[in-house]
Amino acid sequence: MKSNLKVFLKGIIDVSPLMIPVIPFGLIFGVLSIDVGFSPLETMGMSLIVFGGASQIVLLQLFSGGASSLVIISSVGAVNSRHLLYGAVVSEHLSDLKLIWKIIISYFLIDQAYAISNEYLKKNKDQNRYFHLVGAGATCWVIWQSTTFLGIILGAAIPEKLGLSFAVPLTFLALLVNDFRKFINVIVIVVSGLVATLGYNYIPFKAYAIVAGLTGLLAAMILTRTVKKNE
Amino acid sequence: MSNWALIIYCGVITYLTRFSMIALIKKEMFNNRIRQVLSYVPSAIFPAIIFPAIFLDDSGSILIENNPKIMAALIAALIGIFSRSIIATIFSGLASYWFLIFVV
Repeated sequence: MKSNLKVFLKGIIDVSPLMIPVIPFGLIFGVLSIDVGFSPLETMGMSLIVFGGASQIVLLQLFSGGASSLVIISSVGAVNSRHLLYGAVVSEHLSDLKLIWKIIISYFLIDQAYAISNEYLKKNKDQNRYFHLVGAGATCWVIWQSTTFLGIILGAAIPEKLGLSFAVPLTFLALLVNDFRKFINVIVIVVSGLVATLGYNYIPFKAYAIVAGLTGLLAAMILTRTVKKNE
Repeated sequence: MSNWALIIYCGVITYLTRFSMIALIKKEMFNNRIRQVLSYVPSAIFPAIIFPAIFLDDSGSILIENNPKIMAALIAALIGIFSRSIIATIFSGLASYWFLIFVV
């Protein structure tokens, strides 16, 4: 069995390539957060407390659109529901751990760490294999906090003319690159996008993100069933 | 609600979705069907952020003509499909956007 430190370091090394896109994402978040009216302290607090790129950007987007707190919080919940899927996969590797470790690891369980450590956990059966996840998560944490901080500082220096807010839809678009090749995913993407765009002004309480997300999932349910029948 | 309360609530809900998966959810609780549908969550929810940010102007009206964001997003999507690279997608989109607003 490898030492805890070795497994931890392996987690850091394995997750590193996935950190490249996190750097501009964190910078953009820091810049935008100040732009929509959060203080530097609140912005830093968001990255420390929430520690989730998609959640934080959704928070900013809806906040700047004037959505109510309830809608913002439930939209963040909707965005995070994908984590429940990871649960079905990862929990079996962590079921023997003490509760305190589960509490700590939960904080670090973000998309990138999940993606990379799940591969390791599947192949390794050592008792201390979860240190890989801690290493990967801690790496993301350091990158996310430092780029948020840099974004806050750089924010004032970046001219508004650059239209950096356009980087937000681009970042989410980039997270879907692998889904563009799949037929059902493309339909789901278009359905959700149309509902959100056309409903933006008509769906009450700025709940368009939730309505569009649910409509998209409904489309996915129907399509996956139909496709299965035809096979 | 104060900004801090909002941040803390969003943090709590984010944390709980992560914690529940580790501490509470057992593999058996999700059959393949639920798992299959949950795998579409990103495709279902991210467009709700992407599309309005591209197709709506600052006042929330739909803007199709004279909207460089549409062309830039299309280029980014194409680059994304072929490169499968997150970073190439973001930068090609930003580069084409800047090209369209500053050069063209």
